[in-house]
Amino acid sequence: MGRVNGKTKVKLSAMAKREERWALLFVAAPAVGFLLFMAWPIIFAFLTSLTTWNGAKGFAGMLDRFCGFDNYVKLFSDTKFWKTLLTTIIYLIGIPIGMILGLTFAMGMNRKIPGVRVLRTMYYVPVISSLVAVSILWAWVYNYDYGLLNVIIKALTGKHGPNWLGDEALIKVSMIIFMVWKGLGTSIILYLAGLQNIDRSYYEAAMVDGANGWQKFINITVPLLSPVTFYILITSMIGGFQVFVEVQVMTTNGGIGYSAATIVYYLYEKAFESFQLGYASAIAIILAIIIFIITLINFMVQDKWVKTID
Amino acid sequence: MAGKDKDIVASAVVSKKEKVGNAIVFVLLCLGAVVMVFPLIYMVMTSFMTKNQILSGQLSLIPDPWVFGKYAEVLQKGSFISGVLNTIKIEIPVLLIGGFTSSLAAFAFAKMKFRGKGAIFMGLLATIMIPFAVIMIPQYVMFTRLKWTDSLLPLIIPACFGNVSMIFFLRQNLSSIPNDLMDAAKLDGCGYFRTFVQIFFPLMKGAVGTQLTLWFMGIWNDYLAPVIFLRSEKNWTLQVVIRSFNAYYAIQSDYALIMAASVIAMLPTITLFFCFQRVIIESVAISGIK
Repeated sequence: MGRVNGKTKVKLSAMAKREERWALLFVAAPAVGFLLFMAWPIIFAFLTSLTTWNGAKGFAGMLDRFCGFDNYVKLFSDTKFWKTLLTTIIYLIGIPIGMILGLTFAMGMNRKIPGVRVLRTMYYVPVISSLVAVSILWAWVYNYDYGLLNVIIKALTGKHGPNWLGDEALIKVSMIIFMVWKGLGTSIILYLAGLQNIDRSYYEAAMVDGANGWQKFINITVPLLSPVTFYILITSMIGGFQVFVEVQVMTTNGGIGYSAATIVYYLYEKAFESFQLGYASAIAIILAIIIFIITLINFMVQDKWVKTID
Repeated sequence: MAGKDKDIVASAVVSKKEKVGNAIVFVLLCLGAVVMVFPLIYMVMTSFMTKNQILSGQLSLIPDPWVFGKYAEVLQKGSFISGVLNTIKIEIPVLLIGGFTSSLAAFAFAKMKFRGKGAIFMGLLATIMIPFAVIMIPQYVMFTRLKWTDSLLPLIIPACFGNVSMIFFLRQNLSSIPNDLMDAAKLDGCGYFRTFVQIFFPLMKGAVGTQLTLWFMGIWNDYLAPVIFLRSEKNWTLQVVIRSFNAYYAIQSDYALIMAASVIAMLPTITLFFCFQRVIIESVAISGIK
């Protein structure tokens, strides 16, 4: 297949034209859906972020309330915004923890062990469970007086356990534990698939060279799994910046001193409880920029540390 | 000869060591699995307990006595039933229409030639990275102006235009089917739509089924979009309903009822998962290794 010379215009046969028309018709629905419900909303979110609109009086009302970049300036000195941004970033600590645990369990399952299928399924059940239902469940597990955790602590030590969701610092730890539990199954499955994809001959060659288990892990397993690691990292980070349901279900009003609230929780409150659509849109745009930059950085460093064998 | 014997002995020793190692790993994995599933079992057990037992503050896992009434109580609540019905009213049109548009688009992306194919496909793929939180305000404004917010339409109509991850997976799946089939159909003068319906759709039925199962679960478990777009209580989906149960009945310390409602809300997805776990897990695993 040679490249078509730029000067010669590609003339399509009648048949090829017909194929093209049908193909465009077939992809029309998702393409239109993308324009209507994705592309246009992003532009609209940006326009809204330049106003102090509260949704009243339609688009004319929006134009009346044009304020330039005021919302962004205000955000810069909004302590609640910074607090929720920080909390969101603190929650991301769960990602490397989940990845290390996931890889460890996946390596265990990659051995000749009976019942791997059943085990894999058990680790995956939290992933497919409704987030609302398991958030309700974990709020109950963390209950100060009657929750499973403190009841166990009392039975073991005789002392009353801590207030898992009632302390500004501890509530973050509790949320991270919960999120790791919820997502662990995904990293196990992805890592297990990655491990099973590694050609055994690499390990055999390493054994001939006298490499020990740790050397094999560092020099073969880790680099060959780097595409999976990259995938988990990027999808978890995109997801991690959008944590919302857990906070809304497990805490009242974002937890004591707003300590559990995330950036999306704050955005939700501003938009749908106090109807400051302009201000909330500014938060949304900042969120989009953060996620875009993270994705970009990830793809830029991908070439450096993601190894693939062709 | 002696050297060979030594090798055999050595390998036997290694395999014995490996066996011990495997046994330890097996025990640890089982312990981990118990920790993972334990909260869910505790949830089920709590739903059968009396209020006294739940609020005793003592460690007890087995209900004493067993109370089954909470499930009946949940199922008699009008809001719970309407939550289930609303969720189903969203699932059916979305899976039927959205499933059709997604498969058709996947077929075009995989098997047909047209200019701008790569660009359109990349554009669609990029939407996976767009956070819903960013577009939810404009969508809310749009749906309010269309007067959709008093119905289930905000959760139905956009989804009918297709699902990008489904398109992506089906396209992957179709790429393993030889192009000769397409050429043969063309030679026979078979129209493109008929080629899709009669030749390719039957070949990708399994993959479509898996993707629809995953999509069903996604709709079933969705919370953020319903809570924003469904302003009136009569339209609430099941997840919104059980969250309101949690807020309401926790004040009365009726945890058994809350847990019973949550267990029922989780049953359909868990059942589906157990039935189709092999294909579901495979399709998740593929996404990581491309």
